[in-house]
Amino acid sequence: MLEFVDFAGVEGLLRPEERMVYDTVHAFVKDRVKPNIAADFEAGVFPLHLVSEMGELGFLGPTLKEYGGAGLSDVAYGLINQELERGDSGLRSFASVQSSLVIYPIYAFGSGEQKARFLPKLIRGEIVGCFGLTEPDFGSNPGGMRTRAVKSGDKWLLNGSKMWITNGSIADVAVVWAATNDGIRGFLVEKGMKGFSAPEIRHKMSLRASVTSELIFEDVEVPDENCLPGALGLKFPLMCLTQARYGIGWGALGAAMDCYETAVSYAKSRIQFNVPIARFQLVQAKLAKMLTEITKAQLLALQVGRLKDEGHAKHYQISMLKMNNVGVALDIAREARDILGANGISLEYPVFRHMCNLESVKTYEGTEDIHRLVLGQYITGIPAFEPGKVQG
Amino acid sequence: MNFLVFVKQVPDTETKIQIAGDGKSIAEDGVNFIVSPYDEMAIEEALLRKEALGGEITVVTMGPNRAEAALRTALAMGCDKAVHLEDEAFQGADSYATAKALAAVVKKYSPDLVFFGKQGVGTDNTQVGQMVAEMAGLGHIGMCVKLEIDGDKIRGEREIEGGRETIEVALPAVVVAQKGLNEPRYPALRGIMQAKRKPIEKLTPGDLGLSADEVGAAGSKTEYASLELPPAREAGKKLEVEPEVAAKEIVAFLKNEAKAL
Ligand SMILES: Cc1cc2nc3c(=O)[nH]c(=O)nc-3n(C[C@H](O)[C@H](O)[C@H](O)COP(=O)(O)OP(=O)(O)OC[C@H]3O[C@@H](n4cnc5c(N)ncnc54)[C@H](O)[C@@H]3O)c2cc1C
Ligand SMILES: Cc1cc2nc3c(=O)[nH]c(=O)nc-3n(C[C@H](O)[C@H](O)[C@H](O)COP(=O)(O)OP(=O)(O)OC[C@H]3O[C@@H](n4cnc5c(N)ncnc54)[C@H](O)[C@@H]3O)c2cc1C
Repeated sequence: MLEFVDFAGVEGLLRPEERMVYDTVHAFVKDRVKPNIAADFEAGVFPLHLVSEMGELGFLGPTLKEYGGAGLSDVAYGLINQELERGDSGLRSFASVQSSLVIYPIYAFGSGEQKARFLPKLIRGEIVGCFGLTEPDFGSNPGGMRTRAVKSGDKWLLNGSKMWITNGSIADVAVVWAATNDGIRGFLVEKGMKGFSAPEIRHKMSLRASVTSELIFEDVEVPDENCLPGALGLKFPLMCLTQARYGIGWGALGAAMDCYETAVSYAKSRIQFNVPIARFQLVQAKLAKMLTEITKAQLLALQVGRLKDEGHAKHYQISMLKMNNVGVALDIAREARDILGANGISLEYPVFRHMCNLESVKTYEGTEDIHRLVLGQYITGIPAFEPGKVQG
Repeated sequence: MNFLVFVKQVPDTETKIQIAGDGKSIAEDGVNFIVSPYDEMAIEEALLRKEALGGEITVVTMGPNRAEAALRTALAMGCDKAVHLEDEAFQGADSYATAKALAAVVKKYSPDLVFFGKQGVGTDNTQVGQMVAEMAGLGHIGMCVKLEIDGDKIRGEREIEGGRETIEVALPAVVVAQKGLNEPRYPALRGIMQAKRKPIEKLTPGDLGLSADEVGAAGSKTEYASLELPPAREAGKKLEVEPEVAAKEIVAFLKNEAKAL
C-alpha cells in the first residue's frame, strides 16, 4: 500500500482484497485525478469524464453484490472514499452521492423495475444521480420541508425547490424527498421532465471541482412508478445520510493524509535559518499532532467499518466518526497550510484546496454541531435539537 | 489460445532500500511489494490477446509466500488461474536457476504464447525471458514494443539504435515486454473480488521433475558477493532568483565550492 499513512499498523488489519482495492484507487487518483485537479478547482469544473472510468473500475455502488456491484466490504468502501478525497473532496462527494444517496435508496427502497432500470447504469457510471433533501429554508431541520407532492390519478404533482444539491445540474436522475399527505416520500425525478430545472450554484469558495445546484420543481408530473415504494417518513432519507456519513468519515482521512504528507515533505526540504524547518521543535510538534490525530481517526474509521460489515454500526457511532474525522482533517489542513508558509495559500500545493473543501464537508451531511447533539442525546437521553420540545 | 505469463514480485520503485544484516540481500521490513512494472505489461498484453482471440491465461511466479499477492493482482486484472513455485529449494536463485525452473513450467503446460516483462525491477538482469526461451527450445522476441498475432506466427517490433526491427517467430514462442508495448490496466474492484475465487496451484521442484539442487541457490551459477548503497546525496541547494543571477551563482559555486572549474 503506497503512501498509506500507517503509524499503527492498520495495513495488517485489512483483508488482502481491501489492500488491493486501496492500491487500485490510489493509483487511479495519482494518475488520473492529481495531475489536473488544481486546474479543475480553479476553473470551477467537475471532471465529468472520470465518472465512466470510476464506474468501469467498480468505484460506484461497490458494496452491492447485484446489478454489477463488486460486493466489497464497508471497510473497502471506506478506503475508496479515502483515496478519492486524497485527490479532491469534489470527486469523493460525487461518489458518496452516487453510491450512498442514489444507488443505496433505489436498492433499499426501490421497486424491482426501478432497480433494474437505474442501478446497472448508475453503478457503471453511465448515468449520474443526485439527492435532494436540503431546501433554502430547511437544512439541519429537513423535516420541515416545503417541497410537496400531491397524488392525482397515477401521477404525482411535484412543487417546490431544493438547494445545495451535489451533482444537481449533471444528474440524469434525482432522488427527491417531498412531503405528501401521508408523510415524506422519495421520488425519482428524471432529467427532462417538464417543469424540472437544475441551475448550478456559482461563486463557491469550496468544492469548486464539484457541481452544486438548485433543483426547481414547477408542477412536475412524476409517474407513480417513479415513487420509491419502500420509503415513507423522514427516517428513510436519514438512513441514506447514515450511509454517506460513514464514507465521509473515511474520506476526510484522505484529505488529512494528503495535507500531512505534503507538510512533512515540505518541512524536510524548506530551509530557513540555514536548516530545514523540520529541524524546529514547533514544526515537529505540529507534525506529531497531525500524525496522532490521523492515527486515532483511522482506528475509529476502521472499527466503525468493521461494525458496519457485521451489521452492527449505530447511527450515533457514525455521527462521531463523521464529526471527529472531518474536524481533525480541517485542523490538519490548517496546520499544514501554516507549515507551508506563503506557499500554503497557493494551488500549486493541495493543502489550501483541501482546507476550503473541508469547510463544506464539515457542514453537509449534518453539521459538526448537529452531530454533537446526536452524541449529546446518546449520552444524556435528552434530545436538544428543538428548543422547548419535550422528549417523547 | 493458451497463454502463460511470468511475473515477479519486487519492491516498489519508490521504496527506500536498506541492506540486510548479511550484506547480500535487502531488508524486507516496511517494504511495499508490487508486481514488477514490466510484468504488468506482460499481463496486459496477454489480456488484450485473450480478449481478441479467446483462450486462457495462467500467471506464474516463483517466490516466497508473500509473492501470492502478485498472483492475486494478476488474477484481479483478468488472468484465469495461477501457479506459484513456492518451496524453500527455490530460494536464492540467480537468473539461470530461475530460468531453469520456469522453463520446466513452460514444458509442463505447453502454452501457445509465453509473456515475460523485460526485467524484474530491483535485480534488473534482463535475462530470464530469453534464457527460458532457449531452455524450452522456443523462439523469442525480446524487448517487444509492438506485437501482432497472425495465425500460427507472431510479428514483433523492437527498438534498436536509430530504428526499429520487425521479427517473425512461429508459435509457440516467448515475448518479452518492453515499455511502450501497452498501458497496463488497473485491477478493477469487481476483478479483485472475482480473483478471490480463482485457483492458485502450488508447485515444488519435484512437481516440475527437477531435483532440489537444480534450482534456487544450489542450482545457481552466480551468487551475490555484497550489496552497497550509493553514497548518500547531500541536500541540494535551491536558487530562487532571476536566471541571470542564478547562472552567476552556479558558476561561482562550481569554481569556489565544487572546485570543478
Ligand atoms: C457543497 C455542498 C453540497 C451539498 N450537497 C447536498 C446534497 O447533495 N443534498 C442535500 O440534500 N443537501 C446538500 N447540502 C446541504 C447541506 O446538507 C446543508 O448545508 C446542511 O444540512 C446544513 O444546513 P444549512 O446550510 O441550511 O445550515 P443551517 O441548518 O441553517 O445551520 C446553520 C448553523 O446553525 C447550526 N444549527 C442548526 N440547527 C441547530 C441546532 N438545533 N442547535 C445548534 N445549532 C444548530 C448549524 O450547526 C450551523 O452551524 C450541501 C451543502 C454544501 C455546502
Ligand atoms: C498574500 C501574501 C502577501 C505577501 N506580501 C508580502 C510583501 O508585500 N512583502 C514581503 O516582503 N513579503 C510578503 N509576503 C511574504 C510573507 O511575509 C512570508 O510568507 C512570511 O514571512 C513567511 O515566510 P515563508 O512563507 O517563506 O514561510 P517560512 O519562513 O518558510 O515558514 C514556514 C513555516 O516554518 C515556520 N518556521 C520558520 N522558521 C521557524 C523557526 N525558526 N522556528 C519554528 N518555526 C519556524 C513558520 O512559522 C511556518 O510555519 C506575503 C505573503 C503572502 C502569503
